[in-house]
Amino acid sequence: MDMVAIGVFIFFFVLVTVLGFVAARWRRGDLANLNEWGLAGRRFGTMVSWFLIGGDLYTAYTFIAVPAAVFGAGALGFFAVPYTILIYPFAFLVMPRLWAVSRRHGYVTPADFVRGRYQSPLLALAIAVTGIIATMPYIALQLVGIQVVIAALGFPTEGWIGEMPLVISFIVLAAYTYSSGLRAPALIAVVKDTLIYVTIIAAMFIIPARLGGFAAMFARIPIDRLLLKAPSADSLNGFSAYATLALGSALALFLYPHSITAVLSSKDGNTIRRNMVLLPAYSLLLGLIALLGYMAYVAGVDKLPEYAPYFKTYKAQFAVPALFLHMFPSWFVGVAFAAIAIGALVPAAIMSIAAANLFTRNIYREFIRPDCTHAQEAKVAKTVSLVVKAGALIFIVGVPQQYAIQLQLLGGIWIIQTLPAIIFGLYTRWLDHRGLLLGWLVGIGFGTWVAYSNEFKNANYNLHVGALTIPGYAALYALILNIAVSVVASALCRTLDRSARKDSTVAGDYEDVPLAELEASA
Amino acid sequence: MQSKSHGKAWLLLLALPYIAMLWVPSYNSAEPAWLGFPFFYWYQLLWVALSSIIVAVVFTMTRP
Repeated sequence: MDMVAIGVFIFFFVLVTVLGFVAARWRRGDLANLNEWGLAGRRFGTMVSWFLIGGDLYTAYTFIAVPAAVFGAGALGFFAVPYTILIYPFAFLVMPRLWAVSRRHGYVTPADFVRGRYQSPLLALAIAVTGIIATMPYIALQLVGIQVVIAALGFPTEGWIGEMPLVISFIVLAAYTYSSGLRAPALIAVVKDTLIYVTIIAAMFIIPARLGGFAAMFARIPIDRLLLKAPSADSLNGFSAYATLALGSALALFLYPHSITAVLSSKDGNTIRRNMVLLPAYSLLLGLIALLGYMAYVAGVDKLPEYAPYFKTYKAQFAVPALFLHMFPSWFVGVAFAAIAIGALVPAAIMSIAAANLFTRNIYREFIRPDCTHAQEAKVAKTVSLVVKAGALIFIVGVPQQYAIQLQLLGGIWIIQTLPAIIFGLYTRWLDHRGLLLGWLVGIGFGTWVAYSNEFKNANYNLHVGALTIPGYAALYALILNIAVSVVASALCRTLDRSARKDSTVAGDYEDVPLAELEASA
Repeated sequence: MQSKSHGKAWLLLLALPYIAMLWVPSYNSAEPAWLGFPFFYWYQLLWVALSSIIVAVVFTMTRP
């Protein structure tokens, strides 16, 4: 055990714990109200939103899994870069509309919007349940990030003693999320992101220099790893896989409840737009982090005997921790590992808040207690946020990690199926709620079937067009199917049922809320 | 002030990152390398900055 690294690590952990509790007093609001607890009163400006959304989207799991993919598979793992490029132009267009309609109608979740737009409790339930189920394994995977660094610090990982650091960090996280709501991850995100930027910038100076520079490093990577597999006469090979993974992941990201929660907490539409200009700074960071995978590969950390047992347990996920241990002085290992562990806490907090909001608004209030007060609503959400985290903890301690990874894979396929109802719904009410429901069902069914046929190892689907095979991300293919079914079924519904479509929103609700109106309702 | 319909044309610029990134054959090569980075890597990292600039331009020109 490396006491210096552990000391630095614990210092930062205690710091963010204090911040988490102090956050309750920051920009004071009535925390017994869901709008305050779950969305921090929708008052965050550009800077805070930048830290919050960045801290939310670029999770610890990303920081472990992306370089692990590059380490293990090479160029294909680099799809994270086009993926995070393609998110922002899309979100720049659609998210201010979702914010505006949510602000005007007091929507807290995407399912609230769907409920208002289509007046269908069933469709809203489908959206809410998809969100909750897709989020749960994502929270569990954040724990993997913590688990890997705790092991790398030299703590024992076997038996109940081995689980204690993880359990303690999650109890602490649960306590300050309960008391401070979304304010806690917003404040902690500032520390998390600063640590991550410092770590990666330092890594870019220290590690390539020790490997003889970038040119020498890239020269030691075989060309079939360095580039994608080019198309052959009968298959598009790596090209279509890369492009569909990037596009599908980009479309899915802002449908995750935790992304929408972070966006809705912004104070106006232009705060969101400005962030879509500024958030790519994190994408650049992620690109550099992806390259850590190659650095670990060239340094051959998996061949070093001292890390062999860890690679046996955590496989490629140990690539980055091993690289840091191998290259950094002890105290900086502490900083880097704190960055990863705290990087897990921010999204885990926001995800549990988002899942709690969904349960409270779209299941509890809709089906169980329609007459509940604001205070009861906030109380239920707080309690559910605890339950959600406890569930994730039990999951990660109790079942093999592989299941969480497989469920996360499925989560991506599922969440993208909410796109037609949410995103198309921001522009048109033409689609029918029954058509959307059928499309959602077909999309989820097809995507799940693909994952099942691949034994949950990957989300690749080989589309055959004549003699040509187009390998691609199943989520995207399932979405195309979903859209086709939604459109055809909606057209059919509209022909058979000519009754007026119910909609509690009007066209103007989607335009920016004027400042005077914002101030009047604040 | 520009008219609203005129401003909307700027939104078309947002398609550029999609065209560039989804057109994989245009960048799946090692040469020309730059600062030691194979083309595949520096080109995509460059597009992170380009797409941010594009969104900034669109924001400035269409700002409500």
